[in-house]
Amino acid sequence: MLLKRRPALFGKTKRLEAQFDDFMDRIIEASLIFERAFKSYLRDGFTQDFSDAVEEVSQLETRNDELKKEIETRLYEQTLIPDLRGDVLSLIEGLDGIINLYQSNCFRIASEKPDIPPRYHKDFKALGKTSTHCVDSLIMASRAFFTNIEAVRDHNVKVMFFETEADKICTRLKTRIFASDLPLEHKLHLRYFCDRVEDASNRAEDVADNLAIYTLKRSV
Amino acid sequence: MDFTVLIFLTSGLFLGWSLGANDAANVFGTAVGTRMVRFTTAAVVCSIFIVLGSVLSGAGAAHTLGKLGSINALAGSFMAALAAALTVYAMTKLELPVSTSQAIVGAIIGWNLFSGSVTDVTALTKILATWVACPLLAALIAMPIYIGVQRFLARAKLHILRRDIYTRIALVLAGAFGSYSLGANNIANVMGVFVPASPFTDFTVADAFTITGIQQLFLLGALAIAVGVFTYSKRVMLTVGGGLMPLSPIAAWVVVISHSIVLTLFASEGLEHFLASNGLPTIPLVPVSSSQAVVGAVIGIGLLKGGRNIKWRVLGNISMGWVTTPVISAILCFFSLFFLQNVFNQKVYTEVHYALSPKVMNHLVERSFPVEDLSSLRNRDFTSARAFLKAIGERTYLTGYQQRKILEFAEVAKLYVDPKKVQQLKADWLSQGQLLALRKLEGRRFGFKWALADALEKLSVDWRQRPDKIENKTYNKQIKAKLGYLYRLFSLEE
Repeated sequence: MLLKRRPALFGKTKRLEAQFDDFMDRIIEASLIFERAFKSYLRDGFTQDFSDAVEEVSQLETRNDELKKEIETRLYEQTLIPDLRGDVLSLIEGLDGIINLYQSNCFRIASEKPDIPPRYHKDFKALGKTSTHCVDSLIMASRAFFTNIEAVRDHNVKVMFFETEADKICTRLKTRIFASDLPLEHKLHLRYFCDRVEDASNRAEDVADNLAIYTLKRSV
Repeated sequence: MDFTVLIFLTSGLFLGWSLGANDAANVFGTAVGTRMVRFTTAAVVCSIFIVLGSVLSGAGAAHTLGKLGSINALAGSFMAALAAALTVYAMTKLELPVSTSQAIVGAIIGWNLFSGSVTDVTALTKILATWVACPLLAALIAMPIYIGVQRFLARAKLHILRRDIYTRIALVLAGAFGSYSLGANNIANVMGVFVPASPFTDFTVADAFTITGIQQLFLLGALAIAVGVFTYSKRVMLTVGGGLMPLSPIAAWVVVISHSIVLTLFASEGLEHFLASNGLPTIPLVPVSSSQAVVGAVIGIGLLKGGRNIKWRVLGNISMGWVTTPVISAILCFFSLFFLQNVFNQKVYTEVHYALSPKVMNHLVERSFPVEDLSSLRNRDFTSARAFLKAIGERTYLTGYQQRKILEFAEVAKLYVDPKKVQQLKADWLSQGQLLALRKLEGRRFGFKWALADALEKLSVDWRQRPDKIENKTYNKQIKAKLGYLYRLFSLEE
């Protein structure tokens, strides 16, 4: 009886560990899909490929919402990690905000179909790529928080670096847009999308800031 | 068993209850407070292991308390335990940190003062020294364990969830160990004062094993502790932990383990025997305060972290409690004994007589004690140790050791080696030589305890104490324990 129950105890933990990993895998997937889709939008405009990407990101977001609920319920029901539960749930919440942002960016592009002149494509691509790197580093920092606390700091430094880079690209891009002879409404529309794409890195930075505090608290 | 005996034992049970309510929180407080372990789990594990610790290893520390002052009347034991319990209870109610050990030591001193008995300064010093040593030792033990755990965790890179499960298991195991050592070390506080006046007799279960009277007494006390754990400790557990310094569950584990190690060091007869037989210095077996051990361990970890998190004011209050507890308990015991004796007409102590009879004088001369100036005390009867020592002190100068020895030799006893009682002794409890010697003395009367011991020694080497060396400590202690039992068994006094 005891022998049967003990693996169950560890089995449940293992499953939850896998759920945390899944949750983070999907955020990386969503960021990569968004980056790819955004590039394809810049190249070909609104195509079937982009629609498919929107669908994929939506599915990932829905699945992550389910995972988030399951993780929350398990953590509370089984009173796991009582000392860190609040922090872990805030982290999950923060990460969930990023995948939500990717989904809403997809929807906005699909519904508003912004007209992005080719001379800005390079900067928009760079912005998308840097934000993806930023989110990627955040996920690594988050994974490290669970298993290798000393590595959190290294990954967080990268998050901060990529966020600053994204900020620079965004500012440069917006300056160029507003210096152009485009109509004001077009400029404003383009600025809105600059901010939306950059927002992923801003949110990643916010989560990383909190993560740094959770890490300090986690030291035994 | 006499019904009044049970009434008198209730104060010990009350003390046990308050110990369960308070000290269980030291063992499982942080685990339950941080919700790492459920209260029911904690209470069940704690109770089982306290009972096991008390009954199986409780005797070691009880001995030192017995030396401090042997309360020789049940009503006196009742009041000492009651005074200690009331002190613990009142201090807990006032939310002041409290130690059962200090309360009971205070109460015994109160009884000594009231009954005119002499407080054994050596035993008292030993106890007081351990009160300082105990938190220090706990801090010194906690520090390397904490560093080790930190290093291990940094290397193991365990997932947060897995670490959580391991920590829970470790907390329960450490709690079990802590409860066992708490039972072993602190049962002496609860029931120690009843040992000299114990109403229980040994009995054998199905010829397989014997449960001694003391073990029965300790079992009863342990059950009271368990009741305290179940009924009252939850509240204390939930408030404990954050008091002195916020602790992570892993730091809490280090605290519990260090606390348990310290309590075990001060309670383990096995360890003492091992150290003694290997020629190493032994650790005195003394009931120490589990609260002090916990505080020491927490401070140790706090200092490792740079000491910023420690609430020094709280520590100041705790230390104040350590000083006030024994004092309050002693005063309370002293005055309550007065009431119990004069208002309720209870015999709170058995008068012990001291006399320097010719026999005693000879005995002292044989051992080259300076007795020339004591001849004026010859055949005078003293009814309290204090009066006797005062009279001696006025006439001659003696060292503390000599005073204790003269007191021991001059104590008048009425002993009758009753053949019926000798018959009832279990054969395996005494060696063949010891039993034969005892049989030869059947029907004889002795006026002094040492006279019986001397007679036995002359008849058999098995009754002879070995030279006073560390490796002989356990052996000599056993002989003393057997003699102590015989004195009680053959005593003609009530």
